[in-house]
Amino acid sequence: MEIVLVGLNHRTAPVEVRERVSFNAEQTRRAAEELRARGILEETLVLSTCNRSEVYGVPPESSHESAPGLSTFLSEFHSVRHDVLSVSLYHHYDQEAVRHLFRVAAGLDSMLLGEAEILGQVREAYRLAHEHGATGPVLNRLFQGALEVGKRVRTETELGTRPMSAASAGVKLAERIFGKLSERKALVLGAGTVSEQVVSYLRDRGIAQLHVMNRSQERAEELAKQFGGKVVGWGEWDTALQSPDVVVSSVSTEEPVLRREIVERAMVARGNRALFLMDLGVPRNIDPKVAELYNVYVYNTDDLTEIVQLNRSARESEIPQAQGIVEEHVSKFLSWQASVELVGLVDALRRKLREERASFIRSRAEAMKHLSQTDRAHIEKLMEEMLEKLLLEPAQRLRDEKELRRKIQNVEALRDLFLSNRERP
Amino acid sequence: MNHLFPILTGVAYLLSFILYLRFLSTGNRLTGRLGTLLLALGLVAHYFALLERSRGSHTVPYHDLYGSMSLFGWLLALTYLGLELYHRQRSVGAFVLPFILVFFLAAHLAPPDRLSPPAVHGVVFVLHVTLSILAYAAFALSFVLSLIFLGEERLLRSHKLGDVVWRLPPLELLDQMSRSSVLVGLISIAIGTALGFVSVDQLPGQNSFYDPKYVITLLVLALYVLYFRLAGTAAWRGARASKLCIFNFVIVVLSFTVVNLYLSHSHRYF
Repeated sequence: MEIVLVGLNHRTAPVEVRERVSFNAEQTRRAAEELRARGILEETLVLSTCNRSEVYGVPPESSHESAPGLSTFLSEFHSVRHDVLSVSLYHHYDQEAVRHLFRVAAGLDSMLLGEAEILGQVREAYRLAHEHGATGPVLNRLFQGALEVGKRVRTETELGTRPMSAASAGVKLAERIFGKLSERKALVLGAGTVSEQVVSYLRDRGIAQLHVMNRSQERAEELAKQFGGKVVGWGEWDTALQSPDVVVSSVSTEEPVLRREIVERAMVARGNRALFLMDLGVPRNIDPKVAELYNVYVYNTDDLTEIVQLNRSARESEIPQAQGIVEEHVSKFLSWQASVELVGLVDALRRKLREERASFIRSRAEAMKHLSQTDRAHIEKLMEEMLEKLLLEPAQRLRDEKELRRKIQNVEALRDLFLSNRERP
Repeated sequence: MNHLFPILTGVAYLLSFILYLRFLSTGNRLTGRLGTLLLALGLVAHYFALLERSRGSHTVPYHDLYGSMSLFGWLLALTYLGLELYHRQRSVGAFVLPFILVFFLAAHLAPPDRLSPPAVHGVVFVLHVTLSILAYAAFALSFVLSLIFLGEERLLRSHKLGDVVWRLPPLELLDQMSRSSVLVGLISIAIGTALGFVSVDQLPGQNSFYDPKYVITLLVLALYVLYFRLAGTAAWRGARASKLCIFNFVIVVLSFTVVNLYLSHSHRYF
């Protein structure tokens, strides 16, 4: 019941390699079937995201022995030369594989520390594998544990709560003023890459209405169409600023496009409803004097970058706590794994002792000739009772004592001590 | 006198305050939930402490300064809990609990009352006092919420966010919570004041309707109605409305202290 993991991620492989080794849903199912058919793995789960492709499995034999076969399979499956792929692949076994998965689910192994998407991706990968019957008791338990770790880390730590880009920091700040953005309106000035990124964040946060204003009407229409917004004519400030709660500006300009008098007029027209202005342009698009107006909040690129830097340190300070949760669950999983394996070990020991008893009685048959059939049966029964007694107490303790199971995590050593290869469960 | 319930109340409020504080600094949801649970437990224990005291002294719990302050603390906790559950917002707890704790503890330190009990009795009078104290508690809560609003608004405008801003309620929610609280206070004080006049009217003989307390209560009522009206208007929306709310509460404190102790003939501790 060992676990093997072979995979690559953003740290070990460039995007050109990662994209060649990624799996879609159909490939995931096919890979699991082939791995089982070839006898490489008994249980399989493929986790494939834009930053990682990992195959988790339970091999029929030793995990170390199955890893080369798994690497070769990956290279054949994706038609990537083995020597090219092997430099990017990492192999983890048993405890290390468990720890790796739990760290992945916690967001500790992500490119963006604490990102939220990975937990959903782990959940989806598990759902797919479970639906196809590719997982078994070990991977089921392992991935349920991983989902629990991910959930706990996100509930009990602040690893994923703080925004890590200027655009997301701006959107989060808007939420500090307005709360949920689902009933709010936004106006985006400019239609470049930065605007697109902010619009994407705003849509993710459920912004109700989106208006795009750009010098080039064509590009504005393109962006508005992409995100389900409306286009407003360039410079129509009086209409454009009347309804939005959030204004994001990222246009190339030498002079500020939003001057104080424009915003002042707009604030009167909108009855002083709070207005959040995010200035992502350099040179600045919004006159700094706008920040003096009542109920107007202005943040420029430098302000947002500073927030992101502070947030990065805050997220990093949460790592030890998240790591603690990971270790707690690794220990929990290993304890469960040990308990299952120990039950198998006790059964195998019982079988072995019975065989030994039978063989012992057979070898001493000559010496017990003078005994009646009833006496011999009685002796055999006594020996049976003694063996049961010998095994009963440890078996019961293993069932009842969690702490004992945690201590005896290296079942392999016990197995080696008592059983030969042939007798292993 | 049995001290079990007062001790339980004090411990529950104190632990709740610590947990709310921890929730504010770490954002751990479980800690926040425990804070709420302990506040609820404190409320129950506090209720029994008040009940026990009333039974012991054969009178309502606001006949003296102790009872009045203790009841105020209990109603403040009750109003806050209602508001927390309604708006699903826990981060204000760390700011409200100190007030609840102070009132609860101060009630125990208050000197014994040597004045004769008020002449008015009956259900109408009980409702009058309870609703008046509930109104003061609701106004106290809106005061705390307005202070948080001003603090958060200042931090957001100055770009000095720190750790706490990310966990405080959004400004608009604080504003809504404050208005909800004022609404509870307005309804309570309006009904409470009307019932007060009714209970005075029920007294035998000639009764005076002229008491400085009546004047200041009507002023408080008018000021909070004004706040309620102005908070949604263009000129006052946001920080200005919060400042008005803080000013109004200063008048409430004056009514509760100076007017009650030195000017009023018929009001002492409520």
